[in-house]
Amino acid sequence: MRTLSIVPALFGVSIAVFLLVRLIPGTVVDQMVGTEGAYSEESMRALRSFFGLDQPIYLQYGRWLGALLRGDLGMSWRTGIPVLQMILSRLVVTVELTTAAMVVALAIGVPLGMLSARRENTALDHAVRVVSLFSLSIPVFWQATMLILAVSLWLNWAPAVDFVNPWTDPLKNLSIIALPSLALGTAVAAVFMRMTRSSLLEVMRQDYIRTARAKGAHERGVLWSHALRNSLIPLITVAGVQVGYLLGGAVVTEEVFTLPGIGRLLLWGVFQRDYPLVQGTILFISGLFLLSNLLVDLLYAYLDPRIHHG
Amino acid sequence: MGDGRPRRHNRLVLFGAGIVAAMVLLALGAGVVTPYDPTEMKVVDALKGPSAAHPFGTDRFGRDVLSRTIHGSRIALGVALSSITLAFVVGATLGLIGGYAGGWPDLAIGRLMDIMFSFPTLILAIGIAAMLGPGLDNAALAIAVVYAPLFSRVARGPVIAERAKDYVAAALALGAGPLRLTFRHILPNVLAPLIVQVSISLAYAILTEAALSYIGLGTQPPAPSWGTMLNEGRTYLETAPWMSIFPGLAIMLAVLGFNLLGDGLREMLDPQLRGR
Repeated sequence: MRTLSIVPALFGVSIAVFLLVRLIPGTVVDQMVGTEGAYSEESMRALRSFFGLDQPIYLQYGRWLGALLRGDLGMSWRTGIPVLQMILSRLVVTVELTTAAMVVALAIGVPLGMLSARRENTALDHAVRVVSLFSLSIPVFWQATMLILAVSLWLNWAPAVDFVNPWTDPLKNLSIIALPSLALGTAVAAVFMRMTRSSLLEVMRQDYIRTARAKGAHERGVLWSHALRNSLIPLITVAGVQVGYLLGGAVVTEEVFTLPGIGRLLLWGVFQRDYPLVQGTILFISGLFLLSNLLVDLLYAYLDPRIHHG
Repeated sequence: MGDGRPRRHNRLVLFGAGIVAAMVLLALGAGVVTPYDPTEMKVVDALKGPSAAHPFGTDRFGRDVLSRTIHGSRIALGVALSSITLAFVVGATLGLIGGYAGGWPDLAIGRLMDIMFSFPTLILAIGIAAMLGPGLDNAALAIAVVYAPLFSRVARGPVIAERAKDYVAAALALGAGPLRLTFRHILPNVLAPLIVQVSISLAYAILTEAALSYIGLGTQPPAPSWGTMLNEGRTYLETAPWMSIFPGLAIMLAVLGFNLLGDGLREMLDPQLRGR
């Protein structure tokens, strides 16, 4: 059931993305020819008819959706290459960046949150919480910029210009993707830290934990085998939401580090006024977001037997 | 739960309120307190490091980075306030209507909000700002659209709970219409979570405006928006790092202020969260 529920969501998103282009002042044809001198009324009409703009809006959507279902996101106006092909050729960068950033965020956030909860109200707890508050307030692109500044000043190291696929040269790929994932991941680490902390504190107050302690279990055993698993469940929901943040943050991170991912493709499309490309990338990124949320929900049901999706 | 935490928390909230108050004062008095005109170019002074005359240094046109950073608070606050006010009015109204009316209006509004939640926030903001065209007003509108669903969701839940209570039945029996009931009786009772959401959303809005301006979709040069300044600093990162350091610090402080305030307000207004 849950797996099917992604269909109406995708349908809704497709309508929204289709309507997005209608926000352009005038029509896309006006935008296209606007900067390129005068066109006769006749050729304008021909252009509108070419793009199907002379048809009723529901027919335009139907045609667009039909193509979409066949995997056709249209042609890029600037390059003449199918939009889907352009996206797929950059997919690995964005997926690697967001996945690595998620790993960084979990690897930093969860242990710090556990530590903070275990040492509740100590100086360490306060320090971790204050740092996390600062971290939540830093724009990801500024954090990335400062990271570049720091490594270039202190380590005399400059980020590589050309991206290399992980399967071509794993080491070089790692050296390229490490800094961007660190910049993007630490921004989300604070969210995981706060969630882990409050969730663990909540669980540790429950009766079954008291029972475990009463029967003589070690404090460490209580934490690892009784409390942790339950306290991680709300974390999974948060992780799902954070994928959206990571995908948005990937756009600016790719821009700062000049990584050739889908995010930079979107920005390029925006400034080239390549509307099919903009539509396609936004739709694709949102599809990735919905898909990851579906995976999160399925994982959730797997970890928490109380939840069943039909 | 006591043991000193409430006091420490109050200190943090006060710190947040202090930052916000200082920023509001600086924004209001920017014309008086800044040493230079934020857009005045003096090419002979270009790319000078921090000094007594220019504590934050100068940019590539010789403009004073301190004056630009202070003036930037006007844009940041202005965009955040206007966009979140719009998001609040539209979102909360939709949430109130949906929660009060139930049935198909609730379903329709709910579906619409679900669609908006299906987009990563920044991606949707980029899409809307890109289609409307780059600029301050369009960026504010884009931010309002992406944050409105949050207010709708926050308002709807409590409205449903309030609607079932006796005082609503009493007001109905006395002949109050749905509008009067919703805005006069129910709204004041669901205001607390909305206020918390406003404070936190102001922080998000400042971050989103900075990101949009950084990628060139928000405030346009020569206006001194923090995001635009950071964009201009990119090329000079190694030769003039002060162009990139100070506007970023300003964003961080502003966002921190609203985050702390939001956290504190939540603890004060929501007894369930007290002590977490």
